[in-house]
Amino acid sequence: MSDMIKFILNGNEVEAAPGQTIWQVAKQHEVEIPHLCYSPKPDYRPDGNCRACMVEIEGERVLAASCLRTPTEGMKVITDNHRAKTAQKMVMELLVTDQPAKDVAHEKESRFWHWSDHLEVESSRFEPRIAHERDISHPAMHVALDACIQCNLCVRACREVQVNDVIGMAHRGAEAKIVFDFDDAMGASTCVACGECVQACPTGALMESSRVDENGVDRQIQTEKTESVCPYCGVGCQLTYETKDNVIVSVQGRDGPANSNRLCVKGRFGFDYVKHPHRLTKPLIRLDGVEKKGDMDLDPANPFTHFREASWEEALDLAGGGLKTIRDEKGSSALAGFGSAKCSNEEAYMFQKLVRTGFGTNNVDHCTRLCHASSVAALLEGVGSGAVSAPFNAVKDADCVIVIGANPIENHPVAATFFKQAAKNGTLIVMDPRGTALKRHATHMLQFKPGADVSMLNAILNVIITEGLVDEEYVARHTEGFENLKNHIAEFTPEAMAPICGIDADTLRTVARTFATSKASIIFWGMGVSQHIHGTDNARCLIALSLITGQVGRPGTGLHPLRGQNNVQGASDAGLIPMMLPDYRLVDADNLRSAFEDAWGTTLDPNRGLTVVEIMHAIHDDEIHGMYIMGENPAMSDPDV
Amino acid sequence: MGIVSNVAQKRGHPGSGRKKTRGQPKGRQVNPQALETISSLIGEKPRRDLLIEYLHQIQDQYGHLSSEHLAALAHYMKLALTEVYEVATFYAHFDIVRDDEAAPPAVTIRVCDSISCQLAGAEKLISELEGGAGSDVRVVRAPCMGRCDLAPVAEVGHNHIEHVTAETALAAASSNDVHPSIPDYKDFSAYEAEGGYSLLKDCLAGHRTPEEIIDILNASSLQGLGGAGFPTGRKWSIVRGFEGPRLMAVNGDEGEPGTFKDRYYMESDPHRFIEGMLIAAWVVGIETSYIYMRDEYPAVIKILKTELAKVQAAGLADHVAIEVRRGAGAYICGEESSMIESIEGKRGLPRNRPPYVAEVGIFGRPTLVNNLETLYWVRDIVEKGADWFSGAGANGRKGWRSYSVSGRVNKPGMILAPAGTTVNELIEKYCGGMKEGHTFKGYLPGGASGGILPARLGDVPLDFGTLQEHGCFIGSAAIVIFSDQDNMKDVALNLMRFFEDESCGQCTPCRVGTEKAVKLMVKPDWDTGLLGELSQVMTDASICGLGQAAGNPINCVLKYFPEDL
Repeated sequence: MSDMIKFILNGNEVEAAPGQTIWQVAKQHEVEIPHLCYSPKPDYRPDGNCRACMVEIEGERVLAASCLRTPTEGMKVITDNHRAKTAQKMVMELLVTDQPAKDVAHEKESRFWHWSDHLEVESSRFEPRIAHERDISHPAMHVALDACIQCNLCVRACREVQVNDVIGMAHRGAEAKIVFDFDDAMGASTCVACGECVQACPTGALMESSRVDENGVDRQIQTEKTESVCPYCGVGCQLTYETKDNVIVSVQGRDGPANSNRLCVKGRFGFDYVKHPHRLTKPLIRLDGVEKKGDMDLDPANPFTHFREASWEEALDLAGGGLKTIRDEKGSSALAGFGSAKCSNEEAYMFQKLVRTGFGTNNVDHCTRLCHASSVAALLEGVGSGAVSAPFNAVKDADCVIVIGANPIENHPVAATFFKQAAKNGTLIVMDPRGTALKRHATHMLQFKPGADVSMLNAILNVIITEGLVDEEYVARHTEGFENLKNHIAEFTPEAMAPICGIDADTLRTVARTFATSKASIIFWGMGVSQHIHGTDNARCLIALSLITGQVGRPGTGLHPLRGQNNVQGASDAGLIPMMLPDYRLVDADNLRSAFEDAWGTTLDPNRGLTVVEIMHAIHDDEIHGMYIMGENPAMSDPDV
Repeated sequence: MGIVSNVAQKRGHPGSGRKKTRGQPKGRQVNPQALETISSLIGEKPRRDLLIEYLHQIQDQYGHLSSEHLAALAHYMKLALTEVYEVATFYAHFDIVRDDEAAPPAVTIRVCDSISCQLAGAEKLISELEGGAGSDVRVVRAPCMGRCDLAPVAEVGHNHIEHVTAETALAAASSNDVHPSIPDYKDFSAYEAEGGYSLLKDCLAGHRTPEEIIDILNASSLQGLGGAGFPTGRKWSIVRGFEGPRLMAVNGDEGEPGTFKDRYYMESDPHRFIEGMLIAAWVVGIETSYIYMRDEYPAVIKILKTELAKVQAAGLADHVAIEVRRGAGAYICGEESSMIESIEGKRGLPRNRPPYVAEVGIFGRPTLVNNLETLYWVRDIVEKGADWFSGAGANGRKGWRSYSVSGRVNKPGMILAPAGTTVNELIEKYCGGMKEGHTFKGYLPGGASGGILPARLGDVPLDFGTLQEHGCFIGSAAIVIFSDQDNMKDVALNLMRFFEDESCGQCTPCRVGTEKAVKLMVKPDWDTGLLGELSQVMTDASICGLGQAAGNPINCVLKYFPEDL
């Protein structure tokens, strides 16, 4: 390639791509250069502060930090002569001086000790300083700044990668110190425990508490590593579970497409439920004579006041037999099942097949009904597909981002990290009656009156149409019914809508212009839009907004309902829907249903089943007498418990 | 603290459940009253780059920065708590009072303990002050205040007292004499009456061309007088060649111990600088010029603001926006990229280069950085001709040089002399010889960082490039004279302590190196091998000039004053 840069590395001619650093090229050629403050992981910019990676460049007065220096044509770089080595070793020696001794290190296999070994610098001729006390205020993370080398990776982790903005470098000189907020204890700070800093720290100054003993010394637990996907929200972060004797010790983020090594508190530290004593591990059968009551006061640690343990055989006989009796005596429509968006595709498929073939009914649904069913309805109507039209990290390519009716910092924390990063380089418009944590990052915060979404969005549509900001070509080629929209929207001027939605007309105009004219605009929405008596209308407005401005179908554009559970898509695809068989085949379309009847070797209910909410009503109306609920908690997720 | 009602306690927070969820988000919360105070103090639409100015406003108003005010400021500026805290704790002139800590006393006496004041008895003064000050007065050590010819110096509030004694300092404190006194200087009308601003008017009217001015500067051999000595005309051409908008930063952060030339010029003839700056802005096509003045020069800041307003009112500065920025006690901000970070409202950490600030400076824009004195000479050079300046040198050198001379001489002061003047000439010809009872032993040719030279090298011309072969440099031409009564080991320790205090802490060789060097240098016997090795790595591997030069005192004592070890 012609734009490659040729330079001399330790006497050999090598090539660098534009933007590549000396360190990166050296790595490719298996030339090892020590590095402490530099992490080659995605999103960590080199900072050049530790000076462990110094190299000599011919003709330059001083050495250069190879982690951030890019070579120029013909440059002569030496990484291993006496001068460079002396600097690398002296840096290490200075840092070793103030470290806890290796045999009581917080992390004995840290990157710091790796390079100390490599450079053969394990002791120091200098006098140590007075060490910082440990901070054990946080339940999941151990802070021991006696091992801190001020490399600032945790600051970059917290501020630039996760944009949680808790860690800073306070004071100066030898007093420079990593702090949380105002030098508060980590546990008392605004830390959200994403653990990115722990993952970034090269010395063990920041560690998972589970990995050190009560004195802060590395427990040196040898773990097995299992790659998996986070079981919490719909972001889909890839991670690695580190286990010892079948117990999870710690979790590392993996470089998955959705998370680039990032995790949030849930994925990183939320695994205690796996071995929680309250967790049921054996079937329980209700004791004879114990009445079912709504106000039952059951101690989860001791369920035996109400239940007794049973064998799987007994429990399955009892459950299966009970369901069969109801079906045989009251008919298939007296049964129903709730699957879950937290289960795997296979589980969802088996579950709906059980209900359809075993119970003989389409009364099978799951919690997706309650979150984005309105969004899906609007999307199916508006763009013909209920799926998102861009992954959430398309936000990287967006110049203008709308987040409406969502609180991703709480609910989709890793997705939120990408939103916050995008806000640094572009316009972030947050629309929410509540002042969510994203507010601080927003260019415009539209805290509109609750329920006034349609009026606010219509005013924005009105501005775009009346000010001629419509993407005429896109509208002509890809949409229909624009004239109807134009006529419909005419009277919803910002001035008329301002008193209804509580956002002044100027702001509505500014936001409309910014969204319409930006090179790439994208919209994210959550339950604030969909769980609403006008949920479908709200989503229709957003779809119209994207379509008339042509802000769809290109990088950094599109429509994205933020999904709550980790397998909303799969549960729906697999047919946990009362009116649809797997792959969205309608149950009441005879030709589609017959294919499944052939495959499963049985006849199927030709009528649409009841939805989650309808099933609840049917229970109260004494129409449904038995249910199988798998992996779902209707008492938590359904309305009006 | 509000009163928690019993009803609320009984029922708990709605979401509390078994786990007793907090009623508010984690961490520090904003006190609405403090928010009200801060928003009315700093006004609408806060700007990120003005964070340090806002901190000054709060410190000036309340005498310290309380956690509540800092949290409110962070909220008001939509910044993270830690971003405000790390900036506030970086600068020495901010007093952070966390939560229940006691606020500092109303009056602070800062006593200079840098080298010239040290020679004049700073240690004795500090112990006398600490003994004599009541609980309503705080005595604090501080670095060079740029009044080295009048040492020792202390600052009571913002009132600098020269040739200070414990009595005069405490008298000023008790009579609340804490405001800077403004010296007599040539004001706008006086400067204009003697022909000032006619060159600028010619430029603005198109009677001069930018190229012509640059040619004159090039011919004059004017070099950057902050210490780096980069040819001024060439720098202007380079920045002018980058695509706009272009910005400018004037370096008035004269912190190099022993240096006081910029203060001298600003307190006597400020408009000569202002005109130079306005011409530079016109030549280079500058959108905004930031004048960064050190906080140790409160009189200069006052003069500057007063006189700039007159210049702007006279319509002479319509071609450039001007912002005066006040430093906050950080020597490192005299390093140009640190100064730029500080202008952006951040901690003053030097940037790694490349890229150079001429191309990527303030807010990532091409930036012209000039020392204040460099601009001071522009008018005279253009009006009197390049030869007037370049012809002035001595001993084969070119130009005028403003030597700040202090230490063991009879008449210390700001000496305008030909570049290339030797220290022997400075002592004998300009400074009235050595003090009674003192014999010339050695000198700093360039403040704390320029190294230490022995008396036997007293005939070396002092200029850019002439001292390299001796392991030294002239920098800002701060000449401090030592005598046979001064132990050079103690001098070197004083300088290293200064670097330790003023290191920004970013890179290991300087942050840890200066601290370890001090620990080695306080010992009666120096480990010369280890100190030499450390010094070499500090020079080779530090990010900026501070760390790179911090080893100079060690090297020079080893090389020139082995008898003092």
